[in-house]
Amino acid sequence: MAESVAQIFVNALLANNFVLAMFLGLCPFLGVSGKLDTAFPMGVATTFVMLVASLCAYGLNLLLTSFHLEFLRLIAYIVVIASAVQLVEMVLKKYSPALFRALGIYLPLITTNCAVLGVALFQTAREYDFAQSLAFSLGGGAGFTLALVLMASVRERLQLSDVPAVAQGTALSLMLAGILSLGFMGFAGLGG
Amino acid sequence: MSSDKRNWEEFMEGIWRQNPVFVMVLGMCPTLAVTVSAINALSMGLATFFVLVCSCALVSLLRKQIPKEVRIATYIVIIATFVTVVDYLIQAISLKLYEALGAFIQLIVVNCIILGRAEAHASKHPPLAAMINAAGMGIGFTIGLLALGVVREILGAGTLFGVALFGAHFQPWVIMVLPPGGFFVLGAWLLLFAALERRKQRRRAEQLEVAQHG
Amino acid sequence: MNPATNALPDTTPALAMIRTLGLIAALCGAIIVAAYQGTFDAVQENKRIALERAVFKVIPAATSVVEYLAYSDGRIEKVGAGGTASGGSAANEDIGGLKFYAGYDAAGHLVGIAAEGAAKGYADTVRLLFGYDPVQARISGFSVVAMRETPGIGDKVGRDAAFLANFPLDARLGADQRRLAQPIRTVKHGSKTNPWEIDAIAGATITSRAVGKAIDDAAQILLPRLVPQLDQLREQP
Repeated sequence: MAESVAQIFVNALLANNFVLAMFLGLCPFLGVSGKLDTAFPMGVATTFVMLVASLCAYGLNLLLTSFHLEFLRLIAYIVVIASAVQLVEMVLKKYSPALFRALGIYLPLITTNCAVLGVALFQTAREYDFAQSLAFSLGGGAGFTLALVLMASVRERLQLSDVPAVAQGTALSLMLAGILSLGFMGFAGLGG
Repeated sequence: MSSDKRNWEEFMEGIWRQNPVFVMVLGMCPTLAVTVSAINALSMGLATFFVLVCSCALVSLLRKQIPKEVRIATYIVIIATFVTVVDYLIQAISLKLYEALGAFIQLIVVNCIILGRAEAHASKHPPLAAMINAAGMGIGFTIGLLALGVVREILGAGTLFGVALFGAHFQPWVIMVLPPGGFFVLGAWLLLFAALERRKQRRRAEQLEVAQHG
Repeated sequence: MNPATNALPDTTPALAMIRTLGLIAALCGAIIVAAYQGTFDAVQENKRIALERAVFKVIPAATSVVEYLAYSDGRIEKVGAGGTASGGSAANEDIGGLKFYAGYDAAGHLVGIAAEGAAKGYADTVRLLFGYDPVQARISGFSVVAMRETPGIGDKVGRDAAFLANFPLDARLGADQRRLAQPIRTVKHGSKTNPWEIDAIAGATITSRAVGKAIDDAAQILLPRLVPQLDQLREQP
């Protein structure tokens, strides 16, 4: 199943957007997308972790398969992800403390972001090679950031609108997400 | 006994007042992805229940041994262990179910509910209390999943647990079993609960007024 | 924890931490291995049953299935109970052999070949098993193994009578025996003119195309390796 690198990237970004089509990364999507200036850095941080996770997962998978230790795959992946997040936290704390504080609790929560583990699991299931995995994680991360930014922009504007009190909060976010998801369905088949 | 009463309250916490799906809005990924049919929703709920109870039991048993500095990583490893177990169990039971649930079985490991329970409760309570609380949460989660799965299956496929309800001329509302449908149905449930809550508040305020002025 | 030392109160000493973590890791490892071993037989049995069911669906006359690997150098090797089976999917055909299944009837005669194909559909990969009739050199039909296509739209490929009537497809090898004479292609609904084309379902083009691509990708690699060796397979080993 030779999907080209570009196809995989575009697909993960749009037609099979991680958040709006594959339901990965929803907790931060609903939690962090309130303000635009936290949404974008969150997206970038998550993309970086997804990239690291993808590369490590690729290597780990080769290692584990050659020793017939496939049943340790899940534990290995999640430990690597937790470590990658720790790394990002330390780097941010040192080089950009303001951003570190702005992201707050959501930074360590990247560990439990389904999108990060999802990248590792999906690329293993689809047997992507190195370049394909790279494209997949970058596309997925970019798609996640895109969805986050779109959501944040709309939510910020909605704060000035007259939304009925009963619908405010998570219910509204979910309806919004549904409409965004409907829109993204239009990308089906893009990129072959 | 007061301890039994407390256990019962702990149990019910997870089902109603702190329902993970409708109140805490946690564990969204499997909730929306897997609930395209009632049987999938039920299976995912039971799998999560199993992992929740076992993980919390083990975390609670080891709570005095686990070093504080690395506790989150340790909890994750314990959770991942039981998720792997459930993964193999489901494969052994039904390959068809396994294909239907797909990657979301392994994604139970990053379900915020389990880690949250381990950190907030199991690490501070003895095993029995931890298991009861976890069981309540697990059942609450399953109820939430079923609420979504049942609605989406009836509207989107015209069946319930695979049994056709409406006859051959029913045109299913396909969007309900697609991603947007998941968002809409959950949003609708939350809207319903919010409306009920507001009505309860309003009635309580009215009663208070009557009591004060009456 | 122990009362504070002079330096850092309440910090776990490193050695104790490593020992505890090591024990926990060992415990978790033991649990996983126990689960894996305990369920191994049941899982293998489930997979075998699912495979046989799929193959019998695609080769109706068969009563038994034998698994083979077709290598690029022309070898055909049976996958036995203790066989070293490496490779299997069209994606890594250079590394190992391409897996296929030979269906035999009760008398032990070859009645058909089945092989897996996979291609990207609308939502995720569409995996199918297709049947090849070695006597007439035709793709006799297919059966979906796994797909996540849109219910009621894409997933009609498995059931739609008009779509299934596309088969059998002409799958003769070209003159050089290295490729199919004509690639299996999915064409727009209503525009099928040749026996190697698949008429797509109107409104489900992407999934229909995935079916065509899955079969073509696999057949292009498998059939040139398989057809010259068919005589080896005529009787059940």
